[in-house]
Amino acid sequence: MLTILFDGIAYGMLLFILAVGLSVTMGLMNFINLAHGAFAMVGGYITVVLMQRHGVPFMACLPLAFGGAALLGMVLERTLYRTMYRKPHLDQVLFSIGLAFMAVATADYFMGSQQQIMQLPEWLRGRTELFDGALGMGHYRLFIIAVCAALTIGLQFILSKTRFGSRLRASVDDPRVAAGLGINVNVVFAATFAVGSGLAGLGGALGAEVLGLDPTFPLKFMVYFLIVVAVGGTSSITGPLLAALLLGIADVAGKYFIPKLGAFIVYALMIAILIWRPQGLFVRKGGK
Amino acid sequence: MQKRIFLRSTALAALSLVAALAHADNNTFKIGLILPMTGPFASTGKQIEAAARLYMAQNGDTVAGKKVELIVKDDTSAPDVTKRIAQELVVNDKVNVLAGFGLTPLALATAPIATQSKTPLVVMAAATSSITQASPYIVRTSFTLPQAAVGIADWAPKNGIKKVVTLVSDYGPGIDAEKYFKDRFLFNGGQVIETLRVPMRNPDFAPFLQKVRDLKPDAMFVFVPSGAGAALMKQFAERGMDKAGIKLIGTGDVTDDDILNSMGDVALGVVTSHHYSASHNSPLNKKFVEAFQKANNGLRPNFMAVGGYDGMRVIYEAAKATKGGSGDALLEAMKGQIFESPRGPMFIDAQTRDVVHNIYIRKVEKVGGQLYNQEFDTIKDVKDPGKTK
Repeated sequence: MLTILFDGIAYGMLLFILAVGLSVTMGLMNFINLAHGAFAMVGGYITVVLMQRHGVPFMACLPLAFGGAALLGMVLERTLYRTMYRKPHLDQVLFSIGLAFMAVATADYFMGSQQQIMQLPEWLRGRTELFDGALGMGHYRLFIIAVCAALTIGLQFILSKTRFGSRLRASVDDPRVAAGLGINVNVVFAATFAVGSGLAGLGGALGAEVLGLDPTFPLKFMVYFLIVVAVGGTSSITGPLLAALLLGIADVAGKYFIPKLGAFIVYALMIAILIWRPQGLFVRKGGK
Repeated sequence: MQKRIFLRSTALAALSLVAALAHADNNTFKIGLILPMTGPFASTGKQIEAAARLYMAQNGDTVAGKKVELIVKDDTSAPDVTKRIAQELVVNDKVNVLAGFGLTPLALATAPIATQSKTPLVVMAAATSSITQASPYIVRTSFTLPQAAVGIADWAPKNGIKKVVTLVSDYGPGIDAEKYFKDRFLFNGGQVIETLRVPMRNPDFAPFLQKVRDLKPDAMFVFVPSGAGAALMKQFAERGMDKAGIKLIGTGDVTDDDILNSMGDVALGVVTSHHYSASHNSPLNKKFVEAFQKANNGLRPNFMAVGGYDGMRVIYEAAKATKGGSGDALLEAMKGQIFESPRGPMFIDAQTRDVVHNIYIRKVEKVGGQLYNQEFDTIKDVKDPGKTK
């Protein structure tokens, strides 16, 4: 029982890291980036290639996956995304889904369509049992939870306590007034976009082992990202965090207790929550 | 209306003219090989194409005085594309035989074309039992999942495995595997405590594996498409299920030769039943594996490759017997062929047009630093249990 809860939390944490960037960019610029999963995939492939072909240790791959995806995010934001900000939503959606398809085809061309297989270092492979086996924790999942928890605390700190955080929050609430007060909204956004993409890349690197990694990754997980964002709301990071945890636990528990309905539970839960709170679980007053 | 009839008859006339012209070209024997060369099942296509080309390189490209032309087409594993390509191959290229077919739906979609045009269709990969019943022109050289599944269901109860949980991917072949394994296992006095079906787009096996672990069976029977096998195997070990005394058994798809090595040591000791292993101990197989690896950068042939290789053999022999014929004559010459394949002895059952071969029980072991499915037991001449007759 506890094991299921544990696995659910690990899964939820992973979803959160993957989706948090999407939630922030969506809240910030009102831009729906369906290609978000592509950055996660890039991070995953960076890790796999570095580890399997060049023998880079796993712990060194993680920051590189973050950096690579963030860099790519920044370049694309400067060159492609920027031109789309003022376009209607339909254009943005079509544009970014097109990007996602291109990412799928590119990954297929260069990496092949097979599932990538990763060999974790020895110290992450074990498993610890507590309470007479009632709680079994895979070390890798424990590691995921630790990394994601640290990141969440870090993000929360940056958003609520630093100057950059307050600028970001101001820009989210009202970009025009924020710009009028001398905040360079463009720079704030570019930085946020890069960090969001980087986090997705890190999530992809961490998740390659658990979620699998193949060229269809951006499309396979797009729905999960969107559910996290829709349920969690876009105005804070606590929202998506709780939404992702809820989703992870519900998914794992659903598949455990009612395997026949397993894949469906998540969607039922989402519908129920959205009927109850159409704006998502958390809405901050004062935001637009 | 008038105009349309006129158009139609002209088109028909033109078409028959083209057909007549094509028929006049009687010096080639054409094989239309339709395979998934891109997309998630590209490895199937690569293996089969490589094997088919190897067969041609070894046996020459003329048969009964005719030049053999191999036309390879990519269907991206979409059934409607497969069907369209098959149609084009039959109508425009006048192929003598259609071959390939990586997945069950692709073969089923094309079956009506084979029937209508009386073109023999050689299935080299797809493994759902019912395929050969979809058209009287279908011949299969791969294997059927029920064949593979009953092998392990016979072996397990004799080796101390009494309680089993099955875990299969929720699609045609998975359900086939589950059904035939369960039936045979119950028949042999075993007990299936739970049957779990994992959705095809399942990101994480964790909850299913935890469920299996808590049910404490003697073994878990698995069928998943080969790519997912690696992830499953790792999570199985990560969850400490082997240490909890649960064995992993399944059909050979899980320990596919193509990716077995990259799974790492977690695969060691897994027992599966299948019709082919690259380590099959016969001079013919050694020669086949060596030639295949030499021609393909060290790529190890898997059960897909052997299906393609034997498929070419069946086509070549039938072409020889009929002097490069087509249609019913060619089909008749395919039925009942008995020969030695790299997998071991096999024959094409004349009644069901399905393959009959040995099923081997294998265990993953390390040989010379590489992982192989080492065969240690043989069930001779297994007919497809899925055919009622």
